[in-house]
This record gives sequence, structure tokens and C-alpha cells, in this order.
Amino acid sequence: MSGHATYQPTSPFMKWFERRLPIVGLLYSSFVAYPTPRNLNYWWTFGGILTFFLIAQFITGIVLAMHYTPHVDFAFNSVEHIMRDVNYGWLLRYMHANGAAMFFLAAYIHMFRGMYYGSYKDPREVLWILGVILLLLMIMTGFMGYVLPWGQMSFWAATVITNLFSAIPGIGEAVVTWLWGGYSVGNPTLNRFYALHYLLPFVIAGVVGLHIWALHVVGQNNPTGIDVKSEQDTVAFTPYATIKDSFLMVVFCILFAWFVFYVPNFLGHADNYIPANPAVTPTHIVPEWYYLPFYAILRAIPNKLMGVGALGASIVILAFLPWLDTSKVRSANYRPLYRQFFWIFVIVCVGLGWLGSKPAEGGYVIVSRIFTAYYFLHFLVILPLLGLFEKTKPLPNSISESILSPAPAASVT
Amino acid sequence: MLRHILAAILAASLLGLMAPHPAAAEDQTEQNHPYEPPPPPKLKWSFAGPFGHYDQAQLQRGFKVYREVCANCHGLSLLSFRNLGEPGALGYSEAQIKALASEYKVQDGPNDQGEMFERNGRPADRFPAPFPNDNAARARYNAVPPDFSVIAKARTYERGFPWFIVDAFTQYQEHGVDYIAAYLGGFEDKPPPKVNIPAGLQFNKYFPGGGNSMPKPVQIYTGLVTYDDGTPQTVEQYAKDVSAFLMWAAEPHLEERKRIGFQVMVFLIVFAGLLYFTKKKVWSAVKGHT
Ligand code: HEM
Repeated sequence: MSGHATYQPTSPFMKWFERRLPIVGLLYSSFVAYPTPRNLNYWWTFGGILTFFLIAQFITGIVLAMHYTPHVDFAFNSVEHIMRDVNYGWLLRYMHANGAAMFFLAAYIHMFRGMYYGSYKDPREVLWILGVILLLLMIMTGFMGYVLPWGQMSFWAATVITNLFSAIPGIGEAVVTWLWGGYSVGNPTLNRFYALHYLLPFVIAGVVGLHIWALHVVGQNNPTGIDVKSEQDTVAFTPYATIKDSFLMVVFCILFAWFVFYVPNFLGHADNYIPANPAVTPTHIVPEWYYLPFYAILRAIPNKLMGVGALGASIVILAFLPWLDTSKVRSANYRPLYRQFFWIFVIVCVGLGWLGSKPAEGGYVIVSRIFTAYYFLHFLVILPLLGLFEKTKPLPNSISESILSPAPAASVT
Repeated sequence: MLRHILAAILAASLLGLMAPHPAAAEDQTEQNHPYEPPPPPKLKWSFAGPFGHYDQAQLQRGFKVYREVCANCHGLSLLSFRNLGEPGALGYSEAQIKALASEYKVQDGPNDQGEMFERNGRPADRFPAPFPNDNAARARYNAVPPDFSVIAKARTYERGFPWFIVDAFTQYQEHGVDYIAAYLGGFEDKPPPKVNIPAGLQFNKYFPGGGNSMPKPVQIYTGLVTYDDGTPQTVEQYAKDVSAFLMWAAEPHLEERKRIGFQVMVFLIVFAGLLYFTKKKVWSAVKGHT
């Protein structure tokens, strides 16, 4: 994957500077000359979209922090102060809240893309695991952010989620008290959540750096799942990938703007416009939509410890995906059986999301159990076995061949 | 084989969903059915939709209802008098706001002598609270009347599948005001048969559970708030006007939001179009791509 021009400084100053800190050269080789497979489709634009939303969350978040007060007596009103009195405060807040939702939406699409095209397989295991770490960090950050406006849902979500740790045998209660900084969710809890909500995005940014570094070491996967073999298989990042990424990013922003400007509270909960009240429990405590599948898994299991275990396992198991999937063929385009199981898995995840929003009673619990079982079955049984028994389709000889003569080649690899 | 797996999952799920509801089974043995309110009627609101804007005359009428009826119990603690005259609000002039504010007494202090004192309100003052504290309210009504600053966004009703998804496309965001308008007109002296309302509570057709602590606001049921502009003095009209006012109180920048939103949308769509054609042009040089 060489052969593309490297950065050649022309001005004397840049020559001088580049010999001392070759940062322009690094940026040039990473984001201009960097060779990307020429057959990447739009599902590959979501990493860029995620980066865009990370930056957007930083900008809106830092300005919000200038006006927000992390204290149980003032937090709710300080958010309303932002909404009413701060110049464009309503815009900042609606962008930040809906931006978090868009961030998760993009992350889930990004992950399903990885699953469909086998992007987690050798040699991209570390890249994938860094992604799973990013997902965990995002979940924590989003959760703590949701607590900050200190409405009813903030307070009760914080109570329910921190209480999960009480399931740990022996030390559970002590851990929960330690997390709260007291004997119930209170001001110390709000303060530390604010501190962590400000801190974790920087950790995310660092891990994103590693994620992209790892990506640039092993190179991008592509819809055929076969390796890049020659320069003919690639195009330069700029202008080809940049323009394609920019286009979809703007399209995605149309969706974002729809939420921010027209239905800004659609994804939230009305109860969170009621100030937190420890004496009144809301009828349904529901997390944000992006946690619903995990919430359904948690509640599917009657035993609290096991439920918490299943919740954790449902995320941690993703890190083992590179080894649970035994197939040598990456892309689902050449795996007729896996392709169908992939879509069943997507339906099961969406279904779990719907179940997570329903009360945990009667038929909903039964279906949640079936779907939870299937979720784990997919990773622990279906994927390991499929790789051994599935008859895959012949792979093209090269990426450029797959484009220039789309019919599968006669010679089989 | 795959079809079968999918079918099996689906069948098992459907069976699961139809499984007897433990709570439902208990209900049959119990005498009281918990009261399930009907969904509130969907009303027409001037501020709905992408080009929505407040109807100033309606906000002014709603404010009148609020002042004469609701303000006896419900605060508007996050709003200042000056807010009423801001762009996208009730359209009052500076002089009107000053006059209005001075009709209120607000507590200030301490003065040089260390005493708290009362003075006439100024535009920058917040609306004074109806009760000195929550316990004072509780002593009188057995409950604390909620503050009205964001209530139009703090109330909603269940839309159910698929409507909650459809709402994102049709931009239906008026759940709160529809509920409040229905609720205000929903006080009935007698609950329907078989619905038991605990002593001391008042039946309201739209209130979850049916029994609520707010007494029927008689003034709006007997046409006691006078409208000078000839608008009918009916419960429905009062309810609608005061709900619209509460929407403004909860979302004072709604007009600006929708106006900017439209500009942003036009910009993004044009920009996306330009990028699309640029992308096509750039990629046209690559063999095999269109
Ligand atoms: C903060 C969140 C994240 C950011 C900013 C981010 C960023 C990126 C970027 C810029 C790329 C290259 C462009 C692309 O392939 O779309 C990428 C690739 C990738 N990401 Fe992420 N990512 C994030 C989260 C995740 C998560 C949660 C996972 C999986 C658990 C993941 C797995 C991957 C994989 C496997 C690739 C390589 C895809 C391929 O080349 O086929 N990422 N990421």
C-alpha cells in the first residue's frame, strides 16, 4: 500500500518545521494520500460521521458547561436558564441531547456494518476491541450526561442503574454507597457524575485516536472482504473518501436538524421536565432509547445478579467476536447463511429495544427471554458452527476485478 | 431451514406476547379496576408544524386565565415579567410590562435596617410564588400544585405503536398541551360507574387513575373570565387558551427554533445536493464507478 506521494514541503518555513515536527506529513499521509479500497460503500462513512459528532458534542458540551450548575438545588433550574436566557442556549442544549442520540445511532450502524462485512476478523481484532471499549465509554458518558438535568428520569435512572451494583455478592451494598458518596443518590452523586461526564469524552477522544491508528496500520476492510492486493484496488483518501464522507455527513445532519429543530423532545421523556423528587417514583422508569436492548436483557432474567451479569456479558461478548466467528470469509456477501442470520440478529436487537420500552410483565418478559437467549445463541453457537459448515460463495480475485467484472470469477480461491 | 428458525422465533414470541398477564389475572379477583383515561382529543394549535408560531391574542387570553384562575395555586417560578414582552411572546410593550409588574407585590431585602420588605414588581422580577413553601400548599390542598414553568413539556400521554413513530415524521409534539386542555375540561362531578375515587380526590376523566387533588376550577366552568375580544367564554376555549400560554411558557423560543430550523434545512439540502454532484464528478474519473 505504498506508491502514493508523500508530503513534500515547498516553502522554506515548512521545510524547516517538518524536519523538527513532521506533523503535516503525518496528517497528509493519514488523511490525504492514505489509500482506501476503491469499492467502499456508504456504510463506511459512519466512522467519519462519528468523529464529526464527537467534535460537535465537545463544542456544545463545553459551552453548556459554562452555564450549568452541578448542584441538586440548582441543576434543573440552571438547565432551564440555558433554555430561556442564554443566547441560543436552547439550540446548544437540543443539539447536545439529540447529538448524543445521533452518536449512538451512528455507532450502532457502524457496528452492524462491521458485523456484516466481517471487519472484526484477522487482522482487525484490536481495532474492533477498541471499538467495543468506545461503546462502553459512550454508554457511561451518555448515562451520566442524562443525570445532569436532574429531572425525575435523571434521578430515577441514576438510582436504578447504580443499584445494579448492589447485586455483587458481599460487597454490593458497600460499592453502591461508595458510588453514591452517601446513602442515596444525592448531591455528591451529581457532582461526581458531572466531573466524569466532562472527563470521559477526553478518554473517548484518546481511544478514537488509537482506533484510527490501528485502522491505518491494518488498512480498511471493504465490501468484498478480500485484502487489497495492488495499487489498482485503492484510491487516495482525498478527494475520493473525503467527498463521499462529507456528502453522507451532511445527509445525516439533515436527520439531526429534523430532531433538533422540529421534534427536539421526541427522544426524551416528559418526566424529565419534572424536577427530581426522591419521594415520588415515576410509573415507568425507562432509559434513553439507545440503552433499551440492554435494559431488556437485564430485566429478562429474574435473578438480579444474573440479570446484571447478562447485561455486562451482552457487551463484553462483542470483544470476543473475532474468535467466536470461525469463518475465514469476511464479507456476508459471500456467506449466504450468515447473511440471513445477520438480519435475524438485527431484528432481534431491534426487538429487544422495543421490549426494553415495555413494562417488565406478562408476555413481554417471556419474549424478552426468548430474544435474550437468541442474542447469546447467535454469538456462542450460531457463529462458531456456521464457520465450520457454511458453504461460502467463490470470492473474486481482487477488488478491482469485483468492480470491473462483477460476475464471480470462475477460479475459486 | 432458516425460514423455520425465523418462524419458530416469531411463533414463540407471539405465544409469549399472548401469555396471560399476571397483573390482569389479579385484577379479575380485585373489585377496583384502575381507571384508564381515554386519549385526549388532538386539537389544532397555531404553533404546531414546521412553520408554527404563537397566536399572540390567544397567549394574552391564556395569560388572563392563568392570572385570574390558575395563579392562585400554580407558580410560574422560572419566568420574569419581562419575558412576556420578548420576541415570540405575548407582544406586550415595555410600558405594559412595567404596569403589569407593578400590580404584583414582591419581597425584597434585606434593607439597611436588615429588614425584608415588600415593593411593587419590576419587569426583571420573577412571578411571585403562590405559596410561601410546599407545606403551606399541602396543608391547604393535601398536595403541592405543580409549578407551571415547563408543565407543557412535562406532561404527555401514551401514543402506542405505531403512532409514536409516526409522530416523529408528522412532527406531532403537542402531547402536553392536548393533555392539559383535555384535563381542564375533564372535571366531572360523578365518576363513571365502577370507578372508585378515594375520598378527598376529585374525578377527572383524563387524569391517570381518575382521582386527582385539584378541585374543579369553577371559574372556567361558569364563564367567569371575561374576554374583551369577543372570543367565546367557554370551558373549551379557556382550556385551549391557557394551554397555549403554558406551551409558550415552557418553550419561549419555539418560533425562533422553527424559523432557524427551516433555514438550516434549506441550507443542508442544497449543500447535500452540491456535495452529491461534486462527489459524482470526482468519482467519474475512477473506472467502474458512476
Ligand atoms: C466514538 C466512537 C467511534 C468513532 C469516532 C469511530 C471512528 C472510526 C473511523 C473514522 C473509522 C474509519 C472509517 C469507517 O470505516 O467508517 C472506523 C472504522 C472501524 N470502526 Fe470505529 N469508531 C467508533 C466506534 C466504534 C465501535 C463502537 C466499533 C465496534 C464495536 C467500531 C469498530 C470499527 C471497525 C471494525 C472499523 C474498521 C472498519 C473497516 O475498515 O471495515 N468503531 N471507526
